[in-house]
Amino acid sequence: MSFIPLKERSFAVRIMNDKIYKLLQQGKRIDERSPYEFRKITIQTNVVEKANGSALVSMGSTRILTGIKVELGTPYSDRPNEGVFSVNAELLPLASKSFEPGPPDERGIELARVVDRCVREGKAIDLEKLCIVPGKMVYILYIDIYVLDYDGNYFDPSVMSAMAALATCTLPRYSAAGERLEGEYMRVPIRDVPLSATIGIIKDKVLVDPCSAEEGSLDTSIVIGMDSASNVVAIHKNSPGHIPLHLMESIIDIAEEQIGKMRALFREVVGVG
Amino acid sequence: MEQTARPKLIDENGRRLDGRGPTDLRPLRIEVSVLEKSDGSAYVELGKTKVFAAVYGPKEAHPKHLSLPDRAILNCRYHMTSFSTDERKTLGMTRREVELSKVIREALESVVFLEEFPRSAIDVFIEVVQADGGTRTAGLTAASLALADAGIPMRELIAAVAVGKVDGRIVLDLSDVEDKYGEADMPVGIAPRSNTIVLLQLNGKMTKDEFRQGLMLAQMGIQKIYQAQCEALRKKYESSMREA
Repeated sequence: MSFIPLKERSFAVRIMNDKIYKLLQQGKRIDERSPYEFRKITIQTNVVEKANGSALVSMGSTRILTGIKVELGTPYSDRPNEGVFSVNAELLPLASKSFEPGPPDERGIELARVVDRCVREGKAIDLEKLCIVPGKMVYILYIDIYVLDYDGNYFDPSVMSAMAALATCTLPRYSAAGERLEGEYMRVPIRDVPLSATIGIIKDKVLVDPCSAEEGSLDTSIVIGMDSASNVVAIHKNSPGHIPLHLMESIIDIAEEQIGKMRALFREVVGVG
Repeated sequence: MEQTARPKLIDENGRRLDGRGPTDLRPLRIEVSVLEKSDGSAYVELGKTKVFAAVYGPKEAHPKHLSLPDRAILNCRYHMTSFSTDERKTLGMTRREVELSKVIREALESVVFLEEFPRSAIDVFIEVVQADGGTRTAGLTAASLALADAGIPMRELIAAVAVGKVDGRIVLDLSDVEDKYGEADMPVGIAPRSNTIVLLQLNGKMTKDEFRQGLMLAQMGIQKIYQAQCEALRKKYESSMREA
């Protein structure tokens, strides 16, 4: 059963909410960013040699490590010609005092499912090329996301690190008969690079990429995922509160602009996108 | 998605598989106070989608350390029966059910005056008896009514519906087949009086323009559902007045 996380909605939060709103009215933020400016992004790939693909992405001081392990297995019976991938996410207790050891709680599950939605609906992977013997043998990609350091907004860097790990992931090659071709490797066939932008809302004002100080004091927030043609591929309102209907259009426009900037950065470092 | 035989979901005349037009809701049935023991309950049926919701509370929070000094905690469990789907659903909570419990709870939190009941808990249970698309939105519609039925003070009701893209068209209230073979599914929960979004998700691909159309269509469907909700509540009080 889901329950309200233990976050204070005390006077302190209300004062902070008020402060953020007043700053937004002047086009400012508590950490000196402008409303539509995400924090500094760095992307490193191949950071874990034992993984088939890996990436460490930081957005400000939020840091996400994604690793991909590949196994062989049977496809789903309704998709005999397609490889399989699954996304898992863990909010590590070393990343924040609000994360606890143990199996993923609802926030971990939510993060994994939002990343999965972006990758799957954004048609990021050409799954048919991950089929070795139709109906019998396909690649199975386990995309595992770990939040290493949490300073707000783990969604956007997680999607980005999953995509960076995928784009640099290598697979051992097999013949059409299912024989291992010794010494031969291939890349994961990437079709598109969906990315996401998290938008915070206070009254009639919006901001992008909330840091943790802002996150706890927003009215609400929403994650928008888009592919390279600016189609909306995933939406997930991820906290309680109201979004005025008339704001929705500009939220999508702002997300598009942010994702465009992130994509340019991604392309520069990873080489695809 | 193309390799399994994909049924044609909309015919030349713009009719859907069940004969509906693109902007039609399935037959809707809403009732409140349908369960005896709960403090409030509701039943929502939308075509073959059948959902119960029950509310217990406000009551003492358990375990105690979870209680909050300034407001009630709201617990929410969205759950599907094992036989509600085509293939038997395994017992216990799936990851999907955990996610949906969270988004539904957060939608409800937006409208309940939790600050009226410090240190207590309100439990909301949603049970999907049969799933034919739109279960989270039917669940949210039912849960908001069950809260009202329990007499818990709320800013307003929530009505919810799914819209989506099927065979290239934006349609209202997706059935299971349309969700499975269609291009996009977008559940929307709106608080109609303040005209604000309290739940919004999207699974699938839409252009910005299609998104805009979808959101407008959802608002239209939600108005109808909202009226049916008000009607169901009114009916309950009318019948209890008559008994008195």
